[in-house]
Amino acid sequence: METEQPNSQLEMSATPAVKIFGVGNAGVSLLAALAVPEFAAAHLIAVNTDAPSLAASAAPVKIQLENKLLRGLGTGGDPDRGRALAEEQFSTLKSACEGANIVFILAGLGGGAGSGISPVLAKAAREAGAVVLAFVTLPFDCEGNRREAQAQQSLEHLKAAADGVICLPSQKVFKLIDENTSVCDTFRVIGGLLVEGVRGVWQLLARPGLIQVHFVDVCALVRDRHAENGFAFVEAGGPGRAREVVEKLLAHPLLDEGRVLAESDAVLVSLTSGKDLTMAEVNRVMEQLKRQCGHAQVIMGAAIDAAFTNRLCVTVIAAKQNITPKSAATRTETHGGNISSTSQRDTVVTRGTRTRKAKEKLFQPQLPLAIISKGRFDKSEPTLHNGEDLDIPTFLRRGVPLN
Amino acid sequence: MFDDANIIVGLEIGTSKICVVVGEQNADGGVNIIGLGQSRSRGVRKGAIINTEQVEEDLRSAVAEAEQMADVEIRSVYLGVSGGHIRGFNNRGVHPVVSADREISEDDVADVVKNAKAINLPAENMVIHAVRQHFLVDGHDGVTQPVGMLGSRLEVDMHVIHGNANQMQNAIRLVKGTQLEVNEIVFNGMAASLALLTGEQKELGALVIDIGGGTTEYVVHSDGVIRHAGVLAVGGDHVSNDLAYGLKVPLSRAEKLKLEHGSAIVTEAAKGQTLSITNELGLELRRVNVEHLQRIMSLRHEEIFQLIAQELDRAGLTDYLRAGVFLCGGGSRVPGLVPLAENTFQMNVTPGHASAISGLTTALDQPEFAAAIGLVKYGSLRNRQRPTARSLATLGGLTDVFRRILPR
Repeated sequence: METEQPNSQLEMSATPAVKIFGVGNAGVSLLAALAVPEFAAAHLIAVNTDAPSLAASAAPVKIQLENKLLRGLGTGGDPDRGRALAEEQFSTLKSACEGANIVFILAGLGGGAGSGISPVLAKAAREAGAVVLAFVTLPFDCEGNRREAQAQQSLEHLKAAADGVICLPSQKVFKLIDENTSVCDTFRVIGGLLVEGVRGVWQLLARPGLIQVHFVDVCALVRDRHAENGFAFVEAGGPGRAREVVEKLLAHPLLDEGRVLAESDAVLVSLTSGKDLTMAEVNRVMEQLKRQCGHAQVIMGAAIDAAFTNRLCVTVIAAKQNITPKSAATRTETHGGNISSTSQRDTVVTRGTRTRKAKEKLFQPQLPLAIISKGRFDKSEPTLHNGEDLDIPTFLRRGVPLN
Repeated sequence: MFDDANIIVGLEIGTSKICVVVGEQNADGGVNIIGLGQSRSRGVRKGAIINTEQVEEDLRSAVAEAEQMADVEIRSVYLGVSGGHIRGFNNRGVHPVVSADREISEDDVADVVKNAKAINLPAENMVIHAVRQHFLVDGHDGVTQPVGMLGSRLEVDMHVIHGNANQMQNAIRLVKGTQLEVNEIVFNGMAASLALLTGEQKELGALVIDIGGGTTEYVVHSDGVIRHAGVLAVGGDHVSNDLAYGLKVPLSRAEKLKLEHGSAIVTEAAKGQTLSITNELGLELRRVNVEHLQRIMSLRHEEIFQLIAQELDRAGLTDYLRAGVFLCGGGSRVPGLVPLAENTFQMNVTPGHASAISGLTTALDQPEFAAAIGLVKYGSLRNRQRPTARSLATLGGLTDVFRRILPR
């Protein structure tokens, strides 16, 4: 579904031209979080069908997709309208992408604009000669089946159109918030996570080093790996920081106590620290993570940033291969793998394997067994006889129906 | 009042009850049951001790009851052991007769028995019984006393019953903790067969099944010797548990339903019948289907018998059981068990009672005391045997510290 992107045009040594598109209401508001000096080199472009949202945006370039059918009311949550609209104004989008080496697309999937426009925009950007990486959120479970289905469908389209998709299901955020977190704060947390991802990739691009994690590495990592992704950012300081960082990572709610790492088949780890970062610390962190990662392909980068003296930040992005066939669009679980890297500065050292396509890993899934209560024998050693547990009632094992 | 040596006590720590049987051995070696004590067992699951304190408490009360009834002070006991860890298997020892005249001597017999006992057991297991079956002289089977015969090769078959040493040590330590001596440990199944079977039945071939609360023991006798022994860690507790699960009632209620309405075969009368379960105020809580109750029980019992039948088939013993099957243990009280077993084994099934011993009929008629009574019988046989062994030793030494000969 993905064609190999020619990466000759990607000049990694020079700062590449980056355009960041916020698509739909969610995307446009996410753009606001990126309007910081760090991203000054990037062009921020807001794309939406909804005039009030664009008016509130601080993005320097705004593109409003509009036609008479919509009467300025947006897409009404219908991605087909959004897509039709974007295809109609394909040339506008394409010209907006002109001159960029890399295009980031930020969107919240599930609605009309984000779900409809993003795939078309990705296609336009590809045609304009850019590498496209999309950062998207999936709706909360409580938003209903329809939005979920639309989001999944759009995600499929987006994966076909973009070089890489990093996907964060909003539902996962419940692990990061508590009972009293307000709705606004919750969305801020989701936005924060996505921005963290953008920043991670941005670091890889903007701060080239001696050996670095290439953008294509990131794209290859997330490409075709569309299961749940794990994303974690932790930070620790002081003398025991390496150990602390690992502990925090393994306790991170989004990584499910390290289970996500064990199940993923590609993991990107990025370390950022000051000049006092020792090889032993890098080694300790990587060794612990590798042990957790099992069979995963691990890509590691390290950056030195004077601002991080005495601190160690680690960003981990884990991607899992999708087992379900890609054609089953609506059922497919999504989520790309991801990027990592943390904050500011310098050198990026890569170790481990490059982006060769991870070869097909055989994985034997386990069906959950029906739990049959053994009553008073629950805690005793099972009475096994030729593989049968005799503590389980005979009529159950023999499947004799009562009634 | 009594000579202490004549008092023989059998103690069985079972899953549902602990029972103590006191026997008095008279001058000619016969045993009379004179006392009986029992208490509900709370600290045992599937034959294994899980709560030492409770077991100790129950044990004390059972011993006190037996002491009172028999009017003796109990000092030492024969302790019955069971549990899913116990296994039996046959082993053959070989010994070449090397003497010039090829006459088999006592030493040759001692050596061949020693060889037969040289077996590989898991490190944590220990031998409970090594029962001599028959000797073979130059391949001729069925020799019971080879000394003095001529031959070049002497072989012996032994049936070795072994189990997890720790689990048995737990029981022994617990009994010793109550200031009682343990004379010997005896496999419950073997004890039950001693109580139930007459010499003739052992000769003909018989299967004894002791269905207890947490375990079911089975022992096969044929040609007068033990051929096979084993334990299934399934018993009456499982039946109650199945009922509790299948009928969705609490375990205590299931136990009660089992006693009041249980049957090992689905009776015609039960078809379509329902029972109402009432609470303490007499209000109906729900209704259970009697047919279901009996079907659940029937399946479980049938399975127990089938597993044993398979085991015997594998050991090639099914055709040797000419005296049939004998049932004992509390679990054998279930109505309809005899026809069910007859159906499964396709042979004559007798609900056993301790015919091989005399004494209190109240005790002898109860199938659940068979194992404990058997322990007393075992003790009496050991007592009687001792002088014999001593005289043999003077004759030339058949004595072997490990020897466990079962006199027939």
